Parts: sequence; C-alpha cells; structure tokens
Amino acid sequence: MAHDGCMSLNVEHAPQRTLPSAKPLRLLDNAGHALTGAATGGFTLPDCDTLLDLYRKMVIARRFDVQVTALTKQGRLATYPSAYGQEACEIGAISAIGSDDWFFPTYRDCVALITRGIEPGEILQSFRGDWHNGYDQHAHRTAAQATPLATQALHAVGLSHAARLRHDPIVAMTFLGDGATSEGDAHEAFNFAAVWQTPTVFVVQNNQYAISVPLARQTRAATLADKAVGYGMPGYHVDGNDVAAMYAVTHAAVERARAGGGPTLIEGVTYRIESHTNSDDPTRYREAREVEHWKRRDPIERLEKYLVSEGALSETVRAEITDAAEALAAKTREVMTVEAELDPLELFDHVYSRPRTALLEQRASLEAELAAGAFAQREAGAR
Amino acid sequence: MSADTTTAPPAAAEASAPTQLTMAGALNAALRDAMAADDRVIVYGEDVGPLGGVFRVTDGLQAQFGEDRIWDSPLAESGIIGTAIGMAMYGMRPVVEMQFDAFSYPAFEQMVSHVAKMRNRTKGRVTLPMVVRIPCAGAIGGVEHHSDSSEAYWTSTPGLTVVMPSNPADAYSMLREAIDSDDPIVFMEPKSRYWSKAPLALPVTTAPMDRAEVVREGTDVTLIAYGPTVRTALEAADAAVDEGLSIEVVDLRSLSPFDDETVGASVRKTSRAAVIHEAAQFGGYGAEVAARVTERNFHHLAAPVLRIAGFDIPFPSPKLEEYHLPTADRVLAALDSWEWDA
Repeated sequence: MAHDGCMSLNVEHAPQRTLPSAKPLRLLDNAGHALTGAATGGFTLPDCDTLLDLYRKMVIARRFDVQVTALTKQGRLATYPSAYGQEACEIGAISAIGSDDWFFPTYRDCVALITRGIEPGEILQSFRGDWHNGYDQHAHRTAAQATPLATQALHAVGLSHAARLRHDPIVAMTFLGDGATSEGDAHEAFNFAAVWQTPTVFVVQNNQYAISVPLARQTRAATLADKAVGYGMPGYHVDGNDVAAMYAVTHAAVERARAGGGPTLIEGVTYRIESHTNSDDPTRYREAREVEHWKRRDPIERLEKYLVSEGALSETVRAEITDAAEALAAKTREVMTVEAELDPLELFDHVYSRPRTALLEQRASLEAELAAGAFAQREAGAR
Repeated sequence: MSADTTTAPPAAAEASAPTQLTMAGALNAALRDAMAADDRVIVYGEDVGPLGGVFRVTDGLQAQFGEDRIWDSPLAESGIIGTAIGMAMYGMRPVVEMQFDAFSYPAFEQMVSHVAKMRNRTKGRVTLPMVVRIPCAGAIGGVEHHSDSSEAYWTSTPGLTVVMPSNPADAYSMLREAIDSDDPIVFMEPKSRYWSKAPLALPVTTAPMDRAEVVREGTDVTLIAYGPTVRTALEAADAAVDEGLSIEVVDLRSLSPFDDETVGASVRKTSRAAVIHEAAQFGGYGAEVAARVTERNFHHLAAPVLRIAGFDIPFPSPKLEEYHLPTADRVLAALDSWEWDA
C-alpha cells in the first residue's frame, strides 16, 4: 500500500484505536430519565418527534411479533424466531437508514422488515413453508433473510463497495447476533469492510444467547464492540434496550459511512425474551428470574416513561398507535390464515436463468405424476 | 484509442491475425476484452493486481484498467465470494479468482448456500452474474494442496454452472460467454494446460459453453474427457491407431449442465464408452457420467462404461503424481479389459 500512493480505494488510512466504552453507552436510563455526561458517549438525545416515531414503530413491531408467535403456535407457520425484547436494537438501527440504502437481515429480523414497510405476508412467506423469500429485494432494497450465520455481512460489504465504486451515496446495514461474531465470515466481513473502507454499518444484537449457548462461551473479549479495534474501525458498545441510544449511534455511523468515513461496528446489548424459535425449550439453559430481570428493562416501557414525562405521548396518539398495531395484527392474521398456494412445478423455474434440459425432463415427470393424481390425497388434505 | 477513426479500424470489429497464444494468454485476453466492453466487469482476488496472478492470467490488467476495476483483496476466499455476491446484487459483473482449487474450500458455504441458491430463493428476482475462476487439477509439480480436482463438489450443487476449457480457443470464448452470463459460473482452468499453445485470431467464438464437442472422430470407442484429460484422450486415440482401434474423443467443456445429446450420439455410434478424469474415482464426476450414459444408452452399449480416474487417495507429492494421473497407456489398458469379441 505504501509502494505508490495510487490506492484510490483507500482514501483514508488512519485506523481508529479508540476502545469502546466498558459500560454500554445510553441516553435514557431504565426509568426513562435522560442522561448527560460520560454515559452518553457524547451522543445527543434525539428530539421528541423522532422518539415518538421510534416508539410508534416499536409498539407496532411488538404487536406484529406477538401475533406471529401466536400464529406459529396455531400451526400457521413452520417456524418463527421472535425478536421480543430486542425492539430497540431492531427499530433504532433500521430507522437510521433511508429507502435508498440496503439492508441485509437475518432470520430474526422480521420486525425490522415490518418497519421497513414490507408486507407481513411477504415477510413470512418462507417461514410458513414456501420455497422462496416473499418480498421484492430490489424494490425494498432489502436482501432475502439469511440463515447461515454472518454470511450476509459479506454481501453487505460487497454491495456497499460496489455502490462506492459507482459513486452512489448508498450505505449497507447488516444485523448479526452475538453467536454470529464467532463465525469466520464475521471476521472476513469486518476486515474487508475496514480495508476497503466500505460504507457498511454492522449492528451486532447481543441478545446473550446463541440458541442455548451464553455469550461467555462465544468470546473472551470484554465487549463484542472491542473487536472493531483490531480491524481499524470504530466500535460502539451501546445499551441495546435504549432505542434513543441505538438510533443516535447508528444514525451517526450511517452518515459517517455515507460521507466516505468507512464502516462501523455497533454492539447493542439486549436480551432474547422468547425462545430461539417455537421448537426451542429455554428452561433447559436459563433461569426464569434472568428473563424476569430483563423484562423489567423493557425497551418500549423505558421510552414510554420518557415521552410521558415530557408530555409528548397524548392519549390520542397512544390510541392511534394501538389502532395501527391492531390493524397490522389483523392483517397478519388474515393473510396467514389463508392457505398458501404452493405450486410444486415452480421448484424448477428459477434455479437457472435459462432452462436446462435435465430440469425440464424432471419437471415434466413431476407434472405427469400430478396429472395422474399421485398426490391427490395430499392436495385434498391441504385444501 | 486513436482520434483519427478514418484510418484506424474499430478494435473489436475485426479479428486480429492469428498468433500463437497460450491458454493463460487467451484467458488474459478474454478478461481484457470483457473489461473493455463492459465497465460492470470487475476483477479481484489474491495477487491479481501488480503481480498479475500467480499464473499471470491477470497480467497487465491493473495497469490498463486501474485499481477501481481490478485489485488485490485481503487473503480470504469466503470474503472474496461473499463480497462478489453483494457486488453482483448491485449490478456489477465480478470475475473473482480462487488462487488454487484447494484454496477455494473456505468459500464453500458462500458458494453452496448463497451463490448457488440466490436466484431460486428470490424467485428469480436476484441474479448473480459472477464468474469464479478456479485453477484446477495437477501435473504441474505442485506441492500439497495445489493440485486438487474439486469439480464434483460444485457439479453436485444445483444452481451452479460448471465449465472447464481444454484449449486456448475455448478458454477465450467460454470465459467471454461466462462473463456475459446472468448466472454464476464456476470456471475451472486446468493448470497443466495454461502453457499449451494454439494459433488464435481474437476475438474467437467457439461452440456455446454448454455444449460438448467431438474433438476427434472415431468408430469403435468414445472417450469422454474434460480439461486436462482431453489431451490424454487424444494421445490414447493416436496410439490406438497402431492397434487398429478407432477412438472418438468428446471434450465435455461443460460439466454442469451435461450435454447428454452430444455424448449420447457418440456413444450410440461407437457402443463403447470410457470417462477419464484426474479426480479420485469414488463418488467422482465420472460416476455421474457412467450412470447417465448407461441409463440413457444401455441398449446401444456393448460393454460397461469404464472410469479411468485418479486413485482414491489424497493427491500425491510432485515426485509421485505421475503414478496417480491417468495416462494414455492406462486408458488403453483399461479398454483392453473389455471383451472385444462379444
């Protein structure tokens, strides 16, 4: 890199060496009081309009999450990974990017997708058992939800690097869990982003568990944000149940990335209140009192206390938000109660851009079986 | 570019006079021409920049196109493939290099879980027009981990297209076609053929890359080969003439999809077939070839389809690889194992 000074891709080469704060930085304490001084890490509390908008999104997101968990228990979905309790991370971060920016979510981030304006039926398409991701990735600038851990972080780095090469002011944000930071792809994504100075924002939702495995078995690092230092990018250790802090920190990271300042790693310290998915049994690996402890640190209640104390949450607005949340829940029930129309012949149609003889032969073979009534009993059952 | 267009013919409109070109040179020319034709084509990987790649396939490209079009990435294969996915999603046409086939394994998850499945799991909305170049196979005296034949890992993955040229003309034409494709292509380059030469007038267009080609006609036996073993098959065909045996050689070119039509037509003509590859025999690509040739042509076959492959051992050290690799003699000996009187 030193050999000739023509590295146009590395306009800045001044690695950040600042250690993230040992205590998660926060702007509102658990009682909903605004903080000042060192606790805030120098970030400013967003104004009441912004906070009210975040509150509205969190309430709606939680209502959606609770509704989908209920529908899953009724057998309407094959599986659903809940983000109950993580709304400050999800909504604070996703609200910091614009509609032209790209988002690379994981399976746990359905509530961020709702906040991004994607239809519930489209978000839940694959969770209900269909073969494809339901929404238009390009229209929503949102990648299909990734299941293999940390893999999508590299896609975010690549896309944002391409945007930078095109001189488009696009930022890519990706979410990872605490367990995913142990994956090699997380390391490679952090490193590529830092070396190439891509406009990428990594949001690690440290919800304390990778299915059943607690954080202490994933890392010896004091915080996950500390890892940023080794890659030469800024890292922030944030109270992930404080939506004001999550929004302020990610918003600053997004704008820095957009201005050519490179990537940021943000750790939001939060908690997965629900089980990993409906097929998990958390009583085997964690104490009920631990869950109760975190329930008392609820992100929505915290912001609500602040907004009420500021006189910013009228009964009218509260009712309006409740109505919007109930409307979304009703819509979700409606679309998920209708049986999905699955066409097995579609399984052959999008594997390649050009039809392959072998697949056409296999498709014709399945079509003949269907015509002969080979699956008639199953189809009658489905109806 | 000359400002005086009245005296200089457009560069791409006419083929140049034939010159001797190696396969590495033909690949280099294909990358150069593709990058000149389409600014969405970008190239990155390990040592592809100032060094020009360890096999010099990207020689001179950074000097010509600059570091925004071709650059050295950090040394991490999953990172290379994973970021190429993101770039392809944004409309780029990345051509990335895995330095040696055995070094592509860290990228296996990105290849299998994302590159292969992205189009399908997004119902065709997200296509990944990317090319993964993989120098492959042995016979170059490489130390361990430098001579693997890993094609079956990729061909057993639905969603991937896997091609392997055996000569400079195909190398040029197939790489241009791969870069123009809307689907991800695993482009395997037989290392031992990098220095093989042919007179080429560029740009050259050979058969479409999903078609196999009969590269030598014969009447008694069909040898099915690809990449490095096409030469082996041709040597065997030459030697067999003295024994009064007429061998037809089919160069598969595309491993996935498989050209049943061309291969089947040859096998039905000769009624005997053998497949040759460097990779280990057990679970190797030849098993699929033998199975589908048999399934589709059983009543035309006079003998079982043979596999002449590497042994079921890790690829040997440089001084021992000659014992492992299929040779023309070993091919002919295998053909002798058939009952010829039947």
